[in-house]
Amino acid sequence: MAKITKEEVIEVAHLARLAITDEEAVHFADQLEAITNAMELLNELDTENVEPTTHVLPLVNVMREDKSIEGLPREMVMKNVKEHEGGQVRVPTILD
Amino acid sequence: MKLADKTASELQELLHSKELTIAELTEATFKRIQELDPKVDAFLALNEEQATKQATEMDQTDATERGPLFGLPIGVKDNIVTEGLETTASSLILKGFNPIYNATVVDKLREAGMVIVGKLNMDEFAMGSSNENSYYKNTKNPWNLETVPGGSSGGSAAAVAAGEVPFSLGSDTGGSIRQPAAFCGVVGMKPTYGRVSRFGLIAYASSFDQIGPITRTVKDNALLLNAISGHDEKDSTSANVEVPDFTAALTGDINGLRIGVPKEYFAEGVSEASKQAVKDALKVLEEKGATWEEISLPHSKYALSTYYILASSEASSNLSRFDGIRYGYRTEKAGSLLEFYMNTRSEGFGDEVKRRIMLGTYALSSGYYDAYYKKAQKVRTLIKQDFDKAFENFDVIVGPTTPTPAFKIGEIIDDPLTMYANDILTIPVNLAGVPAISVPCGFDNGLPLGLQIIGNYFDEETVYRVADAFEQATEFHKETPQTWEGAAQ
Amino acid sequence: MNFETIIGLEVHVELKTESKMFSPSPAHFGAEPNTNTNVIDLGYPGVLPVVNKTAVDWAMKAALALNCEITRHTKFDRKNYFYPDNPKAYQISQFDQPIGEHGWLEIEVNGEKKRIGITRLHMEEDAGKLTHTGNGHSLVDFNRQGTPLIEIVSEPDIRTPEEAYAYLEKIKSIIQYTGVSDVRMEEGSLRCDANISLRPYGRDEFGTKTELKNLNSFNFVKKGLEHEQIRQEQVLLAGGIIEQETRRYDESTGKTLLMRIKEGSDDYRYFPEPDLVDIVIDDAWLERVRAEIPELPDARKARYVSELGLSSYDAMVLTLQKPISDFFEATVKAGADAKLTSNWMMGEVSAYLNAQNKELEDTELTPEGLAGMIKLIGEGTISSKIAKKVFKELIEKGGDANKIVKAQGLVQISDEKVLLEYVSNTLDANPQSIEDYKNGKDRAIGFLVGQIMKATKGQANPPLLNKILLEEIAKR
Repeated sequence: MAKITKEEVIEVAHLARLAITDEEAVHFADQLEAITNAMELLNELDTENVEPTTHVLPLVNVMREDKSIEGLPREMVMKNVKEHEGGQVRVPTILD
Repeated sequence: MKLADKTASELQELLHSKELTIAELTEATFKRIQELDPKVDAFLALNEEQATKQATEMDQTDATERGPLFGLPIGVKDNIVTEGLETTASSLILKGFNPIYNATVVDKLREAGMVIVGKLNMDEFAMGSSNENSYYKNTKNPWNLETVPGGSSGGSAAAVAAGEVPFSLGSDTGGSIRQPAAFCGVVGMKPTYGRVSRFGLIAYASSFDQIGPITRTVKDNALLLNAISGHDEKDSTSANVEVPDFTAALTGDINGLRIGVPKEYFAEGVSEASKQAVKDALKVLEEKGATWEEISLPHSKYALSTYYILASSEASSNLSRFDGIRYGYRTEKAGSLLEFYMNTRSEGFGDEVKRRIMLGTYALSSGYYDAYYKKAQKVRTLIKQDFDKAFENFDVIVGPTTPTPAFKIGEIIDDPLTMYANDILTIPVNLAGVPAISVPCGFDNGLPLGLQIIGNYFDEETVYRVADAFEQATEFHKETPQTWEGAAQ
Repeated sequence: MNFETIIGLEVHVELKTESKMFSPSPAHFGAEPNTNTNVIDLGYPGVLPVVNKTAVDWAMKAALALNCEITRHTKFDRKNYFYPDNPKAYQISQFDQPIGEHGWLEIEVNGEKKRIGITRLHMEEDAGKLTHTGNGHSLVDFNRQGTPLIEIVSEPDIRTPEEAYAYLEKIKSIIQYTGVSDVRMEEGSLRCDANISLRPYGRDEFGTKTELKNLNSFNFVKKGLEHEQIRQEQVLLAGGIIEQETRRYDESTGKTLLMRIKEGSDDYRYFPEPDLVDIVIDDAWLERVRAEIPELPDARKARYVSELGLSSYDAMVLTLQKPISDFFEATVKAGADAKLTSNWMMGEVSAYLNAQNKELEDTELTPEGLAGMIKLIGEGTISSKIAKKVFKELIEKGGDANKIVKAQGLVQISDEKVLLEYVSNTLDANPQSIEDYKNGKDRAIGFLVGQIMKATKGQANPPLLNKILLEEIAKR
């Protein structure tokens, strides 16, 4: 049975860019643990020689010709953007 | 008979004979929505102004240019992108989002001449089985307003059940069309993966998601699938296969049909009423010349775990784009970029969405990928092979759509695992990618039950033929819920 | 203690397709911000990618040109990370089945040839462009989002900054020959990150590496590596340890500066892209692409040595840049002597381009113009000295060498009678120089030649002038 700690939950939340409180982290840890324990049912199965399925249909080589279509007018690009200036999208500055 | 009781062909006859105009039909539709939706809460945005304008223009169209769906109203699940009509996937994070393009299916509805009357409530990002995960409202089951309509296409099923619209589009990732169709006593089809373009469907789990029709009759359902099917160059996973006329399959003739009935679909947790309804249905089909045998889909019990690992993993990536930068909700509380991301997403997503993002992120993270994601992909292969083997000997697989009828609002919302178990009979179909329909097959304490008919890849025709034969032989689809009583139109 | 330097390079090359890797918006450089995008590039809800076939062809072409084995069953994966220039918060890339693997190329440094291994070549999409305003926010332009990229990862086979430089020159050269990219570092169509570590000689395991970014020219790559090599050596000699970190090269100081410390490896949560199906490359497809690859620099170089008699070094320099090499071949084809052409290309042409900081295609010089001029030299119509004048005219204004020579009266004076007259006049005017010469001062001859050249505006045929001058002096 996998034990999921609060710290692991906080790390996963960070990867997913979700802010969670300590209290939520404990709650999530319990729920994720319950869910992942249920998932461990799969370990009963020997899948050593089984190919993984990413796509259910046997499609390959779906490609398009290299033809361009004019880009969207900038007003359209900005239509749903809350903050922009000079035709560019504004974001908080990156602090590395 | 009210307009709300009529099928597509009946409405089309009225339009054709000029007893009814498209404008009148559209007006009547909105009137009925205004009357019933305060109780049912199926609709989010309404498209009244544009629909009315479109209807008036369409009345001018020559009858010879009208297809079978021309001028008929439809509601669209809110995870299908509609240009100029707010699309939220029932999430706060997309509140006010005004799409600048149409989903391929929306273009196809327009080509068919359908009038989009509004957007339908759902579980946020299609994650849920009860519509209780909508940020905006709880849709109620028209058969009993204290129970859930199912999910995630709960609004789509409830709107059709309540007679607000004769047609709606839903999407089905793990049962999200069939389970609410069963709960609401309507017909819901999940086509073969790749049959309908996903372009413009807000992705939950890309390798499972499929758009499909919800209607009151099998024939209407086939008509709508005719309109939305087909290869789309904008969707690399859409299949380049011919689209037959699905209505041509509705011959009523199922003589010699071989039905497989998986014993795993009658296991613990499936209610006696559901089991009995399916047994009764099998008798009906037998009387029409079909034969059935008990079969085994031995990996069924692994489907739920497999699905939640894979779907949540894909979701964790698909939902990463909601970051407040280019569209949608944007936090007010942010100094740094990191805070901006974290606050926007934490404030914008609901609990179930966060739970699945967390689960998916965990399953994909280094050190766990092989144990969870890769393992689940392999089990998916085994589940797919179960179906492949079954279809070597059988034309369709039949069982209950859900273990139980609709449950009470609030009853299991705090228990994710019990909630997930609702989809135990529908999920294997999505893992394999085959088509399946739910049709009404009985009642349990006044709540509808659904019969699930599963077909082989791209054999929606046989599924429809069986569903139609069953519908013709039974009266369940003619029952109407309480909310219809006394309502206008 | 002596240290061995281990360098590995990651090179990103933008393919110059018409449309983007996964969407049909235009992929060209230099448009107004946010005008070359569509809903797919912007990562709108519901959009799906579709693979650009030409981009796959070209990635394969580059991989073959770099001697890679082509992965017959290849696929795309998602690389998940949040950044404002990455709209979907995942980049569609290739993880465990890159289109090319196990390649190599050959470099030559100080006359020594060396083979550098190429671990992998994979396809991916470029990100948008972030500008930092410095007042609390940054701005994003999504035009570049989705431009097809190939990433070429070298084996840690490179041992010196010079080798790194030669490797980059060679990659640029090969890609340029294939024609799949402009490979212009100044426009960002070729970019390079470098990994560098040190280890004591004789040890097998690698030391901790640092990653260098912001290397905006081949020279900066070399200088950055040189600096980083010394920095790491000093840290190690002082008993310190190297931190696994990302450093940026600062052009103004020539130093590398810490950007961030890497905490373990970034967890990108790669998984197969469910929105795209696999790509299966059969023999016919592979052979079609292989057949489209033109003669590559190494083959050309060998041909210049064996067929045109050029030195190995000259042949290497001439073949490094395709436009130069093509120009050279066209000039020879137009009738010019190969060795003379080679001398001119590596001498005057190269000097001019360096001085003016121009590319050959930005000048007016044509192969026919240069060939015409070289033929005039060969025929003795103009001297090499005069040729320099003609060359300047040709490269700045273009035209035909013959016409320039005639119009400006630059034809060499080879008529003995005419030259005799200049010689007699000059000797008459400079009796002291004759005297000096006869007293053993050889320099006097130089003075006299200079006087005559001045009088003839440099057009006197030098060997003939020398002969007549000596004869005439002897007579006096």
